[in-house]
Amino acid sequence: MERIPILRMGKFLLVTIQIDLYDRLATNLEADLVQMVNKTGARGVLIDISALSIVDSFMGRILGNIGSMSKIMDAETVVVGMQPAVAITLIELGLELKGVHTALNVEKGMELLKTRIDAEDEEIIEEEDEAGTE
Amino acid sequence: MKLVLNKDVMSIEKEQDVVPFRNRVKEYAVKIGMSLVNQTKLITAASELVRNMLKYGGGGVTIIEVISQGRDNGIRLVFQDKGPGIKDISLAMKDGYSSGKSLGIGLPGAKRLVNEFDIKSTLGEGTTVSIIKWKNG
Ligand SMILES: Nc1ncnc2c1ncn2[C@@H]1O[C@H](COP(=O)(O)OP(=O)(O)OP(=O)(O)O)[C@@H](O)[C@H]1O
Ligand SMILES: [Mg+2]
Repeated sequence: MERIPILRMGKFLLVTIQIDLYDRLATNLEADLVQMVNKTGARGVLIDISALSIVDSFMGRILGNIGSMSKIMDAETVVVGMQPAVAITLIELGLELKGVHTALNVEKGMELLKTRIDAEDEEIIEEEDEAGTE
Repeated sequence: MKLVLNKDVMSIEKEQDVVPFRNRVKEYAVKIGMSLVNQTKLITAASELVRNMLKYGGGGVTIIEVISQGRDNGIRLVFQDKGPGIKDISLAMKDGYSSGKSLGIGLPGAKRLVNEFDIKSTLGEGTTVSIIKWKNG
């Protein structure tokens, strides 16, 4: 069966969607990504959708699912490269991409993931410190 | 008066028919010189309606037409199914209403994305939705 490749880069998983996805491909991607986050303990998921010419409610839901399930496993999701026409259309359609961050391109998306994860780790350290002084 | 300049019929029976249908709509939109934003809105609306047809109507037939009115050209799409029909259309058109535990934005969202939107449904007979997006609309 056709599948979209998922690259592992340190703490991050990277996916580049290169074609308009058939539904089956999209649901497979959701399942594969969630499984990979779980297996690898990845802290961030970056999905490049610059090649997608449309995002409808179905695709929007898939992206949202990836975001919320990754979140449960302590990973942040960022969607990058959304075409301006797609962004305008999504707003009018009324679809909010809940549970995912967005960034202009892969580089900005990586930066965003890094700062989010560093911030979270600091919080954890602070909490541990507080617990220690009690 | 709306003149039909070109007409194409595609039947939609399975999930794999969605992407080719969207591509066909895109071809026509490009042919009449529709802007990228309007193309994207039209194709997204079409995608929502064709999904509804598959999910709730058991598939059906789509008609793609190039139409003209005065100086403007546009694309008309018709989605016809022989499914169970919709009991309460005004409820189905509400943002957030879904009988399928989904987001319930397909119908109202599609309406917002196009210039003209018409829905007719008869219980036990089926549903027909037609939309128009003008090239410069
Ligand atoms: N072709 C159809 N035949 C029968 N019922 C339909 C049809 N299209 C829509 N409906 C009904 O109208 C409701 C609203 O449709 P709409 O597309 O707005 O939401 P949805 O499909 O449930 O969710 P979403 O499109 O956000 O995934 C559907 O839940 C369904 O009950
Ligand atoms: Mg729908």
